[in-house]
Amino acid sequence: MATAIPATTHMTTGRPNSFRAGPDEDGHFGIYGGRFVAETLMPNILELEQAWRAAKEDPGFQAELDSWFKDYVGRPSPLYLAQRLTDHLGGAKVYFKRDELNHTGAHKINNCVGQILLATRMGKKRIIAETGAGQHGVATATVAARFGLECVIYMGERDIERQSPNVFRMRLLGAKVVPVTSGSKTLKDAMNEALRDWVTNVEDTFYIIGSVAGPHPYPALVRDFQSVIGHEAKAQLLEKEGRLPDLLVAAVGGGSNAMGLFHPFLDDPEVRIVAVEAAGDGIETGRHAAAMSAGEPGVLHGMRSYLMQDADGQIVEPHSISAGLDYPGIGPEHSWLKDMGRIEIATATDQDALDAFALCAKLEGILPALEPSHALAEVTRQAPRMAKDQIIIMNLCGRGDKDIGTVAQHMGVTL
Amino acid sequence: MTASRLDRRFQALRDEGRAGLVTFVCGGDPDPETFQAILGGLPEAGADVIEVGMPFSDPMADGPSIQAGNLRALAAGMTLERLLGHIARFRNGNSETPIVLMGYFNPIHKFGPERFLEAAIVAGVDGLIVVDLPPEEDAELCLPALARGLNFIRLATPTTDDKRLPKVLGNTSGFIYYVSITGITGAAAPVADMVGAAVERLRRHTDLPVAVGFGIREPEQAAGIARLADAAVVGSALVDEVARHVASGDTSGLARALHAKVEGLAQAVRRARAA
Repeated sequence: MATAIPATTHMTTGRPNSFRAGPDEDGHFGIYGGRFVAETLMPNILELEQAWRAAKEDPGFQAELDSWFKDYVGRPSPLYLAQRLTDHLGGAKVYFKRDELNHTGAHKINNCVGQILLATRMGKKRIIAETGAGQHGVATATVAARFGLECVIYMGERDIERQSPNVFRMRLLGAKVVPVTSGSKTLKDAMNEALRDWVTNVEDTFYIIGSVAGPHPYPALVRDFQSVIGHEAKAQLLEKEGRLPDLLVAAVGGGSNAMGLFHPFLDDPEVRIVAVEAAGDGIETGRHAAAMSAGEPGVLHGMRSYLMQDADGQIVEPHSISAGLDYPGIGPEHSWLKDMGRIEIATATDQDALDAFALCAKLEGILPALEPSHALAEVTRQAPRMAKDQIIIMNLCGRGDKDIGTVAQHMGVTL
Repeated sequence: MTASRLDRRFQALRDEGRAGLVTFVCGGDPDPETFQAILGGLPEAGADVIEVGMPFSDPMADGPSIQAGNLRALAAGMTLERLLGHIARFRNGNSETPIVLMGYFNPIHKFGPERFLEAAIVAGVDGLIVVDLPPEEDAELCLPALARGLNFIRLATPTTDDKRLPKVLGNTSGFIYYVSITGITGAAAPVADMVGAAVERLRRHTDLPVAVGFGIREPEQAAGIARLADAAVVGSALVDEVARHVASGDTSGLARALHAKVEGLAQAVRRARAA
């Protein structure tokens, strides 16, 4: 096992000199991360790691990525002062980082553009992905269509029922959507099934993992592609306010939108950082998806991280109103940052998220996705406790159009 | 170090001039009592080495048959701790047939690797196959297991090239398990020519016995593998036998039927090189 503290630590405090140096060579963030995969996949993830390292050092790759971000995704996304929400809460200024305005309606596309550029560099002909809410599936189908590659999306049968518009969207984009009927028929099973596909079709297939999860190098690679969110937010706030924010808030399922916002700020000690987990019906009911709040370290999907599991090490089925947060694990870098005390963990229930959704619609004229609605619920708790000259940035990582069916159902409305 | 039960068994097979039959069953499938009966009768039916699956909720490298077997076992209350109790009971009546536990790391991680190794040795386990622990993650379980005299068996696959093989073989003991296809358990059948070439390649790198598995269902296929390798592994076909009896609603004849299937496979394997 890797040591819990990175090699470069402060001599007296034991804190790392940088929170942004990970992972180590074997993909560990402290004790978390790693490469817990079947041997069949090892050559592939080693090949991917090489390709990623080469791309990172190639200025041409970054330029190509920037160009796709600008002209296809629509970056930079605005940093928007939510004035009426700020007035309503009566405390800190609340800014939204509006990644819901990206092409396909969420932050997921940032990572998909990055990974498909890698896939084409590696000469792969076939793209696979897992999806929960369908946002990552749609983003993957989108880039696969644009780059002319065959695309297969694995999606739990239950999620297919909850998110039928996204299923149709993926099919319109030319992807084959394969219903996953094993296990709990949700995101974790879709990931199992995508891994099974990859084990079977290693030669020609590129697996676009949608979160900062899975075996090394995915957590670091996805983080690198999503960090554009935090880099932009930092520059935008410096321009608007001439200073750094006091607080960052983002929802975490696997954790990619949160890591994208947080990572560029990790070494700014004056910036507090809160990750919001889905508490479902409430942590005490056991029906939740709060791996860091209520789980413990374990190994699943190629990584060691906080996991929802029972006394025998079997994975517990998560629950959240938001299909995108309905995952029993969390990206390993989040687990490490939690243990190091660099990020705080909060939770929001299904009802908290629905209330925040309604508030945002009413005050700001924005329908947020149910994922960032969890973050917004925490903002409504934090902002009133802060001074009026303090600043919060929340990642509004997806739009709520996909969720209106779920929201209607909870309001007892038939569409 | 004294020869392990696996070493002795493969030496005996070499002395007999034949290949071995390795059988895989899911631990606790379909229920604890039936499983114990299945396990107890496997040596007499002709299993030379027994692999027992440690049930896991998310068996990522397994096909539908073994996934279903895992879930049946869990639904019937199997846990890692109970499974070790079943192995210990088997060991009371059999001191010769090696038992290899096969599964995924998380239940062991939760149990505590050190505590697990102690308990496995006390129960009479001879070796471990942990599908999601590649050589890159050896420190936590593989090295402590080897230090205590347990065998740690690794999978090699068609994607494990000559450059990577030494790394895979480095801390492997007992035997090497060649996965004859890229894919999940129970998928397409292996092609004999390719298996032959693969076994030869492995033998250039190691003196360990080579067992070949994934996709072997019928006696003739097992015999084909037995002519090329030191052992043939049959898993999904046996787990399917369990599923068939469970589906019929009557598992009273399951152990006997499964043992009959193993007898057929064992006879084919034993005759293979004479034919």
